[in-house]
Amino acid sequence: MSLWFVLAVNSITLGGLLFLLSSGFSLIFGLMKIPNLTHGSFFMLGAYLATSLIAYGLDFWTAALLGGLGVALFGGLVERFILRRLAGAELAQVLVTLGLSFMVADVCLMVWTGDPIRIATPAALRGTASVAGLGFPKYRLAISLIAVVFAAGLWALLDRTRLGAMIRAGVDDAAMARVVGIRVSRLFTIVFCLGAWLAGFAGVIGGPILSVYPGLDGEMLPLALVVVILGGSGSLLGSLVGSFVVGFLYNFGQAMFPELAYVVLFLPMLIVLVLRPQGLFGRPAV
Amino acid sequence: MALSVDRRRFLVGAGGLTLATTLPRAARAQSRPVKIGLLTVKTGPLASGGIQMEQGTIRFLKDRNYTLAGRKVELIVGDTGGNPAGTKTKIQELVERDGVDMIFGPLAAFELLAISDYAAQAKMPILSLAAAEDMTQRKPNAYFVRASGTSAQYMHPLADYAAKEMKLKRLITIADDFAFGHEQMAGFQRVFEDAGGRIVKKLWPPLVTPDYTPYIAQISGADAVVQGFAGSNPLKFMKQYQDTGLKLPVLGNGTAGDEALLKSYGDEAVGMISCSAYTGDLDTPSNKKLIDGMVKDYGNIPGLYSAGLYINGQVAEAALEKTGGKTDDREAFIRALRAVSLTDTPRGPFTFDRLGNVVGTFYIRRTERKGDKLVNTTIKSYPKVSQFWTYDEKWFLAQPVYSRDYPPLKS
Repeated sequence: MSLWFVLAVNSITLGGLLFLLSSGFSLIFGLMKIPNLTHGSFFMLGAYLATSLIAYGLDFWTAALLGGLGVALFGGLVERFILRRLAGAELAQVLVTLGLSFMVADVCLMVWTGDPIRIATPAALRGTASVAGLGFPKYRLAISLIAVVFAAGLWALLDRTRLGAMIRAGVDDAAMARVVGIRVSRLFTIVFCLGAWLAGFAGVIGGPILSVYPGLDGEMLPLALVVVILGGSGSLLGSLVGSFVVGFLYNFGQAMFPELAYVVLFLPMLIVLVLRPQGLFGRPAV
Repeated sequence: MALSVDRRRFLVGAGGLTLATTLPRAARAQSRPVKIGLLTVKTGPLASGGIQMEQGTIRFLKDRNYTLAGRKVELIVGDTGGNPAGTKTKIQELVERDGVDMIFGPLAAFELLAISDYAAQAKMPILSLAAAEDMTQRKPNAYFVRASGTSAQYMHPLADYAAKEMKLKRLITIADDFAFGHEQMAGFQRVFEDAGGRIVKKLWPPLVTPDYTPYIAQISGADAVVQGFAGSNPLKFMKQYQDTGLKLPVLGNGTAGDEALLKSYGDEAVGMISCSAYTGDLDTPSNKKLIDGMVKDYGNIPGLYSAGLYINGQVAEAALEKTGGKTDDREAFIRALRAVSLTDTPRGPFTFDRLGNVVGTFYIRRTERKGDKLVNTTIKSYPKVSQFWTYDEKWFLAQPVYSRDYPPLKS
């Protein structure tokens, strides 16, 4: 198996996982202007919930859906009862979400102990599939596929439905959307729950590769931040492109310049921030 | 995120204490309990090992009914939060406010290095598992005792086994990119190369690496892989290693093959050869007692961290017995600590060298599946392993400390 092939497959997998994680982050930030630092915790919490559900005998996919749902519920409560009161106060929001992420980490430590927990790969997807003479790890292919399906689904939601139109209106100009009768605050809750669900689901889906352990939240959050800054907040296409760019940078950077792994990852982010602050696909602030 | 303020006091023998408070000052000094301060980590990513350290300490004290050499023992636990600043704050609290007689812990080398000078000034005996080489080599602390081993002390025997018994010729190493990883792999390399083997490549993923696949993809042209990860990283590495379909045998350090981690592994860990200072299947009365107690109280078998602290307890006990329970003369107490020689411990017989580091048995184990569980089976033991391995101490200390680039690769 050639190095480049492995790296390419892996970049796409990581890109897919990052898309699930960061699309929600991007929507939340784009619509609500909340830099949600709990997003990494959502990812970890989803994975932890799923380990318990699987221990109760549920199969992996049900656990993934329900784990996401649990996180969405938590996210909804956070939005409705805390963040809504802090509308517009960005510093307060940053601090609250940061504080919450520490609290979630502590609670997870209490409930699931500090021991790393392994999520087994679904039986049907173990091993490799041979395509054109090359061995693709099945589960990693499945992640990429799931990401593509979700990208299409989210695009359809945003572009083809009434709810999507309202969300887009809210992203573009929340005040004006309110004036024309869109209940923006309800929209906020929906988007926040959706984002939390996506992150929680991503945590479960990533579980068989990453496993779950204290500190996973802090490892994933910076990657999501890089994706959103590269791609531009509030832009689905931006998240998609950003995720795969980061996936490739991360994998090839670590393989080719292991000493500079972080530089390779974060330097493009700095350049984009300086030259094109709205991100590759974001719209400039009016 | 050292937000926690949870200092727990485990006070048994409250009777003795109430009595003490009613007596005049002079009498109090003698009946006061021995205070052990435990520096551990109960929050954040290092918490898993930190909690096990606390469990091992408590198990030991329970086995002794919180009495050592006729004196009651009070345990005061400080949570360092896993960072150097937090460790410094906590040790000052323990020393200056609580007046502890000795410190167990801390967990990580960077925590230990942050407090070493302070502890030496305060003449505070430290019994730690932290593996930093120079603590007992080129920058020794006269008040430091380490019953577990240095980073490389675990790897010297493993390298010897790899070269002589497994007849491996070419290896690739992979470990966390921080001092513990560097020291381990440098030690492995020296012994393996001296036995005629070659290290083809040394890979250093950052400590925080969600996906090791880019590194695993670089593994080729070797007979086997040596991993030296710590915390939850060994687990992630083995899983991803299996997923990429690599079949080369894996050798691991003490933290990779740790008994406490076995319940988190799946079949990917079967066949791993590891070397550790503690092994679960060692047949000594104290190891049996430790395992039974841990299973009863916490539902878990002990690993390196809990066994290590249990052993620290035994060291403290033996020293106290020698001084007649006295800790006031710190010089005499540290001399007694370093003169400790034990045979019935969970890690078998050991003594200390003149620098306060253990000379004891290290075990080569193979991870196997037994029923629905994974277990380590000891396949060879190396008795009386010193931190200098078979090298001359003077020569060893004249070399630079093991690091990322030292010794350079022979090729």
